Amino acid sequence: MTRKKRRLVLIACSVGVVALAAGLILNALRDSIVFFHSPTEIVAKHLAPGSRARLGGLVKEGSIVRSDKLDVRFEVTDGNETVPVTYHGILPDLFREGQGVIAEGALDNAGHFKADSVLAKHDEKYMPKEVADALKKQGHWKDDYDKKVGSTGGQVQ
Amino acid sequence: MIPEIGHYALVLALALAVIQIVVPAWGVRTHDAVLIGVAEATAPAQFLFVALAFAALTACYVASDFSVLNVFENSHSAKPLLYKITGVWGNHEGSMLLWVLILAFFGALVSVFGRNLPRSLKALVLSVQASIAAAFYLFILITSNPFTRLIPAPFEGRDLNPVLQDLGLAIHPPLLYLGYVGFSISFSFAIAALIEGRTDAAWARWVRPWTLAAWCALTLGIAMGSYWAYYELGWGGWWFWDPVENASLMPWLAGTALLHSAVVMERREALKVWTILLAILTFSLSLLGTFLVRSGVLTSVHAFATDPTRGVFILAILAFFIGGALCLYAWRAPVLKQGGVFAPISREGALILNNLFLTAACATVFVGTLYPLALEAVSGAKISVGAPFFELTFGPLLVPLLFAMPFGPLLAWKRGDIAGVAQRLLVAFGVGLLAIAATVAGEGGGPILAPFGVGLAVFIMAGALTDIAERTALLRTTLKASLSRAGGLPRSAWGTALAHFAVGVTLLGMVGETQWGAEAIANMKPGETISLRHYDFTYEGIDAGEGPNYRELAAKFAIKRNGATIATARPAKRVFQARQATTTEAALITRGVNQIYISLGDVQPDGAIAVRIYHKPLVLLIWLGAVLMMLGGTLSLSDRRLRIGAPKPSRSRLSPQPAE
Repeated sequence: MTRKKRRLVLIACSVGVVALAAGLILNALRDSIVFFHSPTEIVAKHLAPGSRARLGGLVKEGSIVRSDKLDVRFEVTDGNETVPVTYHGILPDLFREGQGVIAEGALDNAGHFKADSVLAKHDEKYMPKEVADALKKQGHWKDDYDKKVGSTGGQVQ
Repeated sequence: MIPEIGHYALVLALALAVIQIVVPAWGVRTHDAVLIGVAEATAPAQFLFVALAFAALTACYVASDFSVLNVFENSHSAKPLLYKITGVWGNHEGSMLLWVLILAFFGALVSVFGRNLPRSLKALVLSVQASIAAAFYLFILITSNPFTRLIPAPFEGRDLNPVLQDLGLAIHPPLLYLGYVGFSISFSFAIAALIEGRTDAAWARWVRPWTLAAWCALTLGIAMGSYWAYYELGWGGWWFWDPVENASLMPWLAGTALLHSAVVMERREALKVWTILLAILTFSLSLLGTFLVRSGVLTSVHAFATDPTRGVFILAILAFFIGGALCLYAWRAPVLKQGGVFAPISREGALILNNLFLTAACATVFVGTLYPLALEAVSGAKISVGAPFFELTFGPLLVPLLFAMPFGPLLAWKRGDIAGVAQRLLVAFGVGLLAIAATVAGEGGGPILAPFGVGLAVFIMAGALTDIAERTALLRTTLKASLSRAGGLPRSAWGTALAHFAVGVTLLGMVGETQWGAEAIANMKPGETISLRHYDFTYEGIDAGEGPNYRELAAKFAIKRNGATIATARPAKRVFQARQATTTEAALITRGVNQIYISLGDVQPDGAIAVRIYHKPLVLLIWLGAVLMMLGGTLSLSDRRLRIGAPKPSRSRLSPQPAE
């Protein structure tokens, strides 16, 4: 095999692997990404039942209803619109009324958002970034969300 | 006074770094031996001053000096001493200080242990190293000063995020940074080689131990982080494809590729240009990881930072070093002489295949991590790219790589014999098939992918053993001759075999946990029993307790198998008063390499408690494999041929080849 031929084999292999990787990425990007929506967007865009989405907002005060079979219902709001959410399982430690939350799942035919995972992921300000952005966009962002935890060194319950 | 000393020491370190950038490089240009020698003094001095700054901050934490803003925000006087110390790097400012401490530490190591390096190369390496250090000293001093005072001083601090109050914080970040930042040495060597316009096998021999050491630390660091997340977050998962985890996985993948291509360069003087590019890319990915974690662009459990000025500053550092390095590469790489001809089927060819797949896999992680950020910046749409994406991209790319892995070490350099190697791997392949058959028979209609995963893992392990058996001519000669051959094998050969074997171990653990793991979620009242996988769990009640800075509710479970009690588990919920934050302390019961994992949810209005119980078969193998990989790397590092700066015994000379 000449030097030139060897180089050709190498280049062919590289192109092959790169093409494979690119193909896999494009395929996966079509099928496996999930969009984030605020309650207002879910209502405005008429999200089709069954299509997966992430819903983010604040857990509405007084909306949590638990049953003894680990079924939980609560409402997620961004101040303008409210979406009812159902979930079966254990909620994360940081899940509370009035706090930011992200639920992943899909709408059912009755317009309930059936979540299969609920995240109360947070930074030190106890607010997911997407939720904070969505609230700011809706004009419901209050500066005291930061300070609630901040100056007193603890959340007043 | 102590914080001011720390602050001043950091400023002095910056001044020393600036000297170390300019003077040695000028010395190399003017062939002035005195100027070249300056870096050997400034590098250790820089380390001493950063260590002083770090010690000062630690002292403030230990003394709970709340007149320092950083201590006030992240500490509490009631916190146990260990967490007061680890809390130093449990926040943005402190962790950046740890970052530069490790950077300066590596600079000092090169200066002290690099006695055999050609002096001009060493001077240039230290000069590049100092430029990275200077950029990050400036970053800390301008945007993230940990020594800022708070007047008047509050009486009590806000405490550290309770999730971080764990032994994991003591181990994970320092190891991770040793890895991340350790790759800066390979980067500095690559830049120095480009400036000098020459590389040779000796260059690769100097770079490889540094890369290997960083890789070992990063491997262990990622594994410890994964185990920490597994037991601390209470979700029972060990890898979330979280952007912060990906940020550490990308340099690991590129570093693994670099490790292998440096072998080719050292032995065969081939792949020079590629190895240099990989060295640049690996550290660039480390910098990218620092940017992702430290700038606050991500939504993630790890992201502590939120100030945009920091993001812009790190982005500027990123652009300067990555952009500058790649421009230098484009300009100078054609100067480097290519050497070493080889056939596609050869050890070199196998290592190239390894590099292709590792870099392609790294690229998929890169896209999956950065695409959501780019899309949001361009169109405002928010998407999440989670496990399904990576299972569809990263997974398929790893399978051929893993399958090819046992072939590589058995192929000869220059021109290999694939049929001969396949023949020698026949036994390993047979064992793999046997494992598939045994799994199918044992499970009978379990998950379809599981048997193949087990087969692949067993094939990899058997392949690594085949490698050693071949090298010692086991069964082909007398046992005594084999043993004496085994004694004569270089440690790097043992290291390779061990690390490759370990990949199989980790894979087996991943397959076991994901395919056969079982989960039960229930509301339980005292006295109730539920069953999961031959185990009966009886909830016996809950007790309130108190720790140094938290209150806790600890539940008690009796675990029985066939009627006999085997263990008592005590999962708990802790409420940390200072932040009113709750953490879940999962109970882990280890049975061989399997684990039972119990974590608590909320107490229900009727007095029942929500419980999540997992049975996780083979799960410990995931981390055991990572530890074995690290040990394999360490074994290879201890090979005398690779010992830092030691010239090859066969060609030993009193002085290394002079730089021309």
